Amino acid sequence: MVSDLFPMTARQAQTTRRGKVLVGPVDLRLDGGGVAMVIGPNGAGKTTLLHLLHGTARLTSGTIEWACPLEAARNQQSFVFQRPVMLRRTVLENIAYPLRIRGHQRADAYEQARDWADRVGLGAMIDRSALVLSGGEQQKLAIARALITRPRLVFLDEPCASLDGAATREIEQVLQDTREAGTALVMSTHDMGQARRLADRVVFLLHGRVHEEAAANTFFEAPVTTQAAAFLRGDIVE
Amino acid sequence: MGDLWSGLLQAFWLVITFDPELVEIAGRSLRITLTALVIASLIALPLAALLAVRRFRWRRTVIALMNALMGLPPVVVGLVVYVLLSRSGPFGVMGLLFTPTAMIIAQVIIIVPLIASIAHQSLRELWTEYHDLLISINVTQGQKIRTLLWDARRALLTATLAGFGRAIGEVGAIMIVGGNIDHATRVLTTAIALETGRGDFALALGLGFVLIALAVTVNLAIHWLGRTEREGRW
Ligand SMILES: Nc1ncnc2c1ncn2[C@@H]1O[C@H](COP(=O)(O)OP(=O)(O)O)[C@@H](O)[C@H]1O
Ligand SMILES: [Mg+2]
Repeated sequence: MVSDLFPMTARQAQTTRRGKVLVGPVDLRLDGGGVAMVIGPNGAGKTTLLHLLHGTARLTSGTIEWACPLEAARNQQSFVFQRPVMLRRTVLENIAYPLRIRGHQRADAYEQARDWADRVGLGAMIDRSALVLSGGEQQKLAIARALITRPRLVFLDEPCASLDGAATREIEQVLQDTREAGTALVMSTHDMGQARRLADRVVFLLHGRVHEEAAANTFFEAPVTTQAAAFLRGDIVE
Repeated sequence: MGDLWSGLLQAFWLVITFDPELVEIAGRSLRITLTALVIASLIALPLAALLAVRRFRWRRTVIALMNALMGLPPVVVGLVVYVLLSRSGPFGVMGLLFTPTAMIIAQVIIIVPLIASIAHQSLRELWTEYHDLLISINVTQGQKIRTLLWDARRALLTATLAGFGRAIGEVGAIMIVGGNIDHATRVLTTAIALETGRGDFALALGLGFVLIALAVTVNLAIHWLGRTEREGRW
């Protein structure tokens, strides 16, 4: 696929709802590749920022520009929600869905879906209803469904929140593989351990704004702002 | 009690002998109602889906209207259709009054709001569930609607069954626009009304039991179809 998605540049991007600023103004640049980890306390705006960048939250002011037209940019991205959305279909049909939407023949879509089900460890349950899967399995399904269109960029909103250790480890492995395959990831997390394990860059969000942004090593070893340092210590940051 | 018993006996007799008149009347009932059901579903289901996914100016008004129309007295529907189709009415030239077509029109008007309301309820629920994913995948309006209709098919089946039940048991409207003409527009419900009026309770009851059997059979058949489909998939 053409790699004309990056860089993405957000300038003074902001979203408000009923007069209240949820996120912004934010200036941010994504160059592609690696894992950009969005961290920050509850309500800081992590979810909203991800949606804003993906284009599923309304930009009320400022701009977000990709290196290609918006429609083409959207087709090279996908989103994994904190609470995975399960279509009332089988696992296989769920994973194949984005390809079917893009007009792939059923046989082709299902064959690729089978392959992705194997990769995320759902190969044995492709004919089951997605609704009966466990939380971890549902999240793996959501990730396979997000990857099947071979996006250049995947947003993941706290993909391992409320999962146990084993499921978290499996999902992190899938994400590492994805990253190594050259797909850029922008994810949010609550779990500082996960941030340390996966992040290449860190975006520390506070009150809807980017409070500090740095390479992961730098951020974790020498945070600049007192709030970031406090957050890393596990203090309550307001 | 004696009436009930002889009604049962007579119904049984009418059925096992394939009484030609009964077969004719029951067949007409089924044909008219199923035709109305298909037409009504083709209108109501896409309408319900559209109302669930699309924000337009008159959306709330349409939904309120639909819910209000659900409680429309069938007799009034019959009256309005009668006036519209009568020789002096705007559609009089078509000569549809006292034909099965007129009865189908009345039934469609009666069950569209019912089917659409029930369908809208479940489609809206499904849409809140699916919203984020479908928006993220960037589906077209048509794909959105098709996905919802397909994934909610079981609930939609229930909605159409409710429509079927309402239509097959309807008597007031189709009596007015159909006229209960022998060999032309007489159906089970209007025949029952007629026989009751004549005092032939046994025959009326017999027809009533056939009506119930028909409704139950169609319900079971559709549910059974739904179930085999489900077991095949899930
Ligand atoms: N639908 C909404 N309507 C109004 N406010 C919202 C809505 N969703 C989120 N918010 C507010 O926006 C802010 C950011 O929320 P969110 O992006 O969910 O933060 P995080 O993901 O970091 O916990 C919070 O103050 C939250 O209360
Ligand atoms: Mg969140």
